[in-house]
Amino acid sequence: MRFLSQVMVITAKDLRAEMRTKEAINASFAFALVILLILSFAFDPTEETTREISGGLLWIVFTFAGTLVLNRSFARELPNDCLDALIAAPVPGAALFLGKALANFVLILAVEFVALPVFGIFYNVRWTRQFWPLMLVLVLGTWGLTSIGTIFSALTVNIRLREVMLPLLVYPVMIPMLLGAMRLSALLVAGQPVTGDDTVWFKLLFGFDIIYTALSLVLMETVLLG
Amino acid sequence: MRQKVIIVMLALVAILLARNLYAISMLPDEMRQGQIFRIIYFHVPAAAAAMTGSAVALVASVLFLVTKKFQYDALAVAVTEVGLAFLAVNLVTGSIWAHVIWGVWWAWDPRLTSALICWILYAGYMILRQALEEPTQRATFAAVYSIFAFTDVPIVYFSIRWWRTIHPQPVFFSKEGYFPPDWSRALAINMVAMFLLYAVLTMIRLRQEQTQREIDYLRRTVHAI
Repeated sequence: MRFLSQVMVITAKDLRAEMRTKEAINASFAFALVILLILSFAFDPTEETTREISGGLLWIVFTFAGTLVLNRSFARELPNDCLDALIAAPVPGAALFLGKALANFVLILAVEFVALPVFGIFYNVRWTRQFWPLMLVLVLGTWGLTSIGTIFSALTVNIRLREVMLPLLVYPVMIPMLLGAMRLSALLVAGQPVTGDDTVWFKLLFGFDIIYTALSLVLMETVLLG
Repeated sequence: MRQKVIIVMLALVAILLARNLYAISMLPDEMRQGQIFRIIYFHVPAAAAAMTGSAVALVASVLFLVTKKFQYDALAVAVTEVGLAFLAVNLVTGSIWAHVIWGVWWAWDPRLTSALICWILYAGYMILRQALEEPTQRATFAAVYSIFAFTDVPIVYFSIRWWRTIHPQPVFFSKEGYFPPDWSRALAINMVAMFLLYAVLTMIRLRQEQTQREIDYLRRTVHAI
């Protein structure tokens, strides 16, 4: 119980700070729109083949826009030595991780829910045909993205070239999970059933979410003190 | 002492590889693939050595986090760096084989993709180390990263079993494949040679790492005076 309330305090603090400044989420929204626009130049959005792969494109947008949110997650704590205060606070690293990750999860999901309809309009895709399975992929994929992104955000916060190092380190680690999310989203958005070989991707998504979360919970303390 | 061990091991690797190159060249061509099948004698051992190396890197990283002893950090770096070279050998030989058999240098197949991701992951490990200057922080963060990076390794191994891929199915430790005994012997010897080579290179790299730390220590001492 105590652990949960600690998690909630951190989450609430992060969300409150973000709601007041809106620095990460505004930038992330704008960035998502810009990438959607740029991708539409690379792939003719009216073509049938584009519509087939468009579910995968979504995740390019989500990861890029998500990185902005994740980058701010710990960078926000740097001014006034807030990070040192957080580390010194009587809160275990695991609770700090979970709190921050939940806040990031909510923020990135919010960006995704705005990007999705825009994507549907720009690319002329009826993405609601398999709404609930797509939501499941969205939640699982986004949690994978945030869990791994949050701990790496803590890891890179004190490194030179922080803004470059985070995506450089996080994207390769996320690729197995991202592959699954892209493949499943492409199928679901195109209105095709998920069968046979493709069900493996669901297991992979689940498995990676669990592995990433467990590893992050254990290692967060080490990263914060390191 | 260690110098002697390294020299003896290197000599052993040279003898084994020379003997085996001869043995492999004497083997008959494979029925459907012709000459190019011989690449398996380097392709598979390189992959096996690199994967074992990544497991050693994982263990060394965990041990560093638990004990905070820098010798484990040095081992993790050495093993990862040599592993990158071995994985590169694996990818390049695979690519050459693919060019002959499939007609393309690269196919986006689960096995190939996951192996490439693996290489990029461990390259990220080296980049992360370069970006960090403080030794304790560098060792800690690198160890954490190495643990996360290892999550991709089982996928490389199981990818040919989980998905339909165009990568040849395993011929060893499986029911489907068949490999004649004298071919297996040649492969086993090459396997030993490649693992030995991996070990020697790691030892050499490990010594560099230790010397580097000594130099850093001396430099700090001089500064203090």
